Amino acid sequence: MSFYGNFIAHTPKFDFVGKRIPAFILTAALIIGTFVSIATKGFNFGIDFAGGILIEVQATDGPANIAKMRDQLGNLSLGEVSLQQFGESGRDVMVRVQKQDGDEKAQMAALAKVKETLGSGYDYRRVEIVGPKVGDELKRDGVLAVALSVLAIAAYVWFRFEWQFGVGALIATFHDVILTFGFFSVTGMEFNLTSVAAILTIAGYSINDTVVIYDRVRENLRKYKSLSIYELLNLAVNETLARTFLTVATVFLTVVSLLVLGGEVLHGFAASLLWGLVVGTFSSMYVALPVLIYFNLRVGKDREEDEAAAQAAP
Amino acid sequence: MLQFPKWKIVMVLLVALCGAIWAAPNLLPRETTDRMPSWWQPVSLGLDLQGGSYLLLEVDTAYIKREHLSGMVEALRATLRKEKVRYSELGSSQDNVKVRISDEAERERVRPELRKIDPEALMDVSSDGMFVFTYSEQATAKRINQAVEQSIGIVRRRVDELGTREPSIQRQGADRIIVQLPGVKNPEHIKSLLGKTAKLTFHLVDDTASPEDAARGRIPPGSMLLPSAESGRGQPIQYVVRKRVEVGGDLLTDSQATFQNGQPVVSFRFSVAGGKRFGDTTSANAGKMLAIVLDEKVISAPRINEPILGGSGIISGSFTVQDANDLALLLRAGALPAPLQVLEERTVGPDLGADSIQAGAIASGVGLITVIVFMVLIYGTLGLLANVALVLNLVILLALMSVLGATLTLPGIAGIVLTMGMAVDANVLIYERMREEQKAGRGLISTVQVAFERAFGTILDANLTTLAAAALLFQFGSGPVRGFAVTLSLGLLSSMFTAIMVTRLMVGTWIRVRRPKTLPL
Repeated sequence: MSFYGNFIAHTPKFDFVGKRIPAFILTAALIIGTFVSIATKGFNFGIDFAGGILIEVQATDGPANIAKMRDQLGNLSLGEVSLQQFGESGRDVMVRVQKQDGDEKAQMAALAKVKETLGSGYDYRRVEIVGPKVGDELKRDGVLAVALSVLAIAAYVWFRFEWQFGVGALIATFHDVILTFGFFSVTGMEFNLTSVAAILTIAGYSINDTVVIYDRVRENLRKYKSLSIYELLNLAVNETLARTFLTVATVFLTVVSLLVLGGEVLHGFAASLLWGLVVGTFSSMYVALPVLIYFNLRVGKDREEDEAAAQAAP
Repeated sequence: MLQFPKWKIVMVLLVALCGAIWAAPNLLPRETTDRMPSWWQPVSLGLDLQGGSYLLLEVDTAYIKREHLSGMVEALRATLRKEKVRYSELGSSQDNVKVRISDEAERERVRPELRKIDPEALMDVSSDGMFVFTYSEQATAKRINQAVEQSIGIVRRRVDELGTREPSIQRQGADRIIVQLPGVKNPEHIKSLLGKTAKLTFHLVDDTASPEDAARGRIPPGSMLLPSAESGRGQPIQYVVRKRVEVGGDLLTDSQATFQNGQPVVSFRFSVAGGKRFGDTTSANAGKMLAIVLDEKVISAPRINEPILGGSGIISGSFTVQDANDLALLLRAGALPAPLQVLEERTVGPDLGADSIQAGAIASGVGLITVIVFMVLIYGTLGLLANVALVLNLVILLALMSVLGATLTLPGIAGIVLTMGMAVDANVLIYERMREEQKAGRGLISTVQVAFERAFGTILDANLTTLAAAALLFQFGSGPVRGFAVTLSLGLLSSMFTAIMVTRLMVGTWIRVRRPKTLPL
């Protein structure tokens, strides 16, 4: 017997469903908090959505003089220019210039101005310009992708299970998506195309988790006809708890290695995935599962089976 | 359960072998893989990893429509003059061209002539003599489509002339062009070349009016006022030139940058037809000035001293060597049918790309090792088998990406790392099921059998829902994010194969060889 086998010798008997009311209150509070944050603070949109210019420069000799750079670029009347030093050597600086009024040409002109002002002594490691037209399209595509994937997930679950499960999956996935939006709003972390990828990954991961538990609920519905729904749901989540723990652990390990070692570009992505891992696991056990108690799971199934039995009888 | 059909074993081994073969180039140095056949190459890296420039261009379709309508106006004017018909209100608006012919007899006389000018135009005549020419949606769409296709060809020629390594030029949507330039660190030069329409025309200078008169609004009909490309050095700031194009740049066959009296100049050669027209023009207008106009700006306007019959000539202006090279290149590649605008630019330097690859490789390596150690700690021998499946999964994923020509991006690497975490989920589901069934008192063989069967449905459902999300991400995502969707999807598919088929084969073989009494769970 392995180390872990000894550790988890018995199926746990936690009462997940019984704690649903505090869980729902917590969920509601978090969702309200998210909406308040979005309404008051909004998002820190990256240039993918807001348009504008992002330049990553590396000073060629020694640490960058960020105060001097800020001075130089601040006087160009390009609107908001933000500078951020990062990395260990202090040579890397991320420069963000807000979207310029006017069309695409105005953005290009602003870039030329920045390059000219900074002059030599910097290596341009990354330059991104998104014009106003593309920014709007990317925003639209992002919203569409998130909305459609939530619906597609719910539709698939509805198709494979009963409608009650589809509704549960829809609620849980919405919950994860909204709270991840909240994460970006509250932390003020840059919201860009990669963030949309993170949200969809979280939705996908969380539904994965939910489906495993739902699958067990469905199986137990057939197996234990006399068990109350309350006990049945608790049994399903407890039986799959070991798996949930192990999978969360492996995904956690890989996401942490991305967060620590993946570099500047993936940092935000990994951080939001870590949040999503927590939210997604929570929603599978405390949102997607307990909501099933409010739908009469047995009625449809039993009637079908009764009818089948009636037909089979002579 | 323990006996597998031969074909299944052969298939698993074959897939593993193919995976190893196709993934292998990714371990070889670039110099070696460059000499290998095209079906046996490492996975192609996105611009964010190998460094390079991505440009999203848009063709100005409004310009195409406008140009076409004003061409129609000129054609009408020419025909009506030839037919000596009195007309008024000739002009174009947003989407039509109008002209009024008040005299009814004249109107009927030229009606067939006017209809012949452009067969695509729909002609409508009102009772008070107003001719209205409009174009159907399809005709306009077709014209724009042609212009976009033509633009792509010209963009390709211009980029190729610069000798960029493996550029990729693709159409996107109705009026967009994606230009991807691997290895290009500073795209400013390319952007400036693509930003020029490079429409070259030769016009006679109208010497009946001075630029000063014209600036005051006294432009003779049929002439126009154009700015000089290069002011100063004794050159006039503006020129009055005839609207009529004597010869167009579309008749050029070659153009080279060269030197004349130590000054950089651009030499050009016309096609036979172009040479003849150039010869005729210069013969008939000796002593007059011929303006060389590029994109509505006069480069220079030399006096025609003698007929130029050889079909070639020289453009001189105040060029630097770079200017002359660029102009020659633009003339060789041809004019764009409409101006292009850069909507989006993303450039990553090669150093940052290399840093990203390194960071991604380290993160993947550490992620892989921690997952492997974790699985062995939790499941012992069975964990080891799961790890074999995990590594095989990565090999197959890499092989699939290499064979399908999928592009690996930085978010794609994140997708691979994430896949490792999620791929073992299938094994965890199977093993946890085994644990339960064993505890419920099932025999060894039956436990294994039931666990695989029951876990299969769960794995399928769980992975297909995630795949649905990944597919939508692919559909609506762009660039690097698409790369993430691709690796995540392929990773999920190959993990289903390795977890279900390969793990089952390994667990079965292991039981047959070691004959344990119970599973070590």
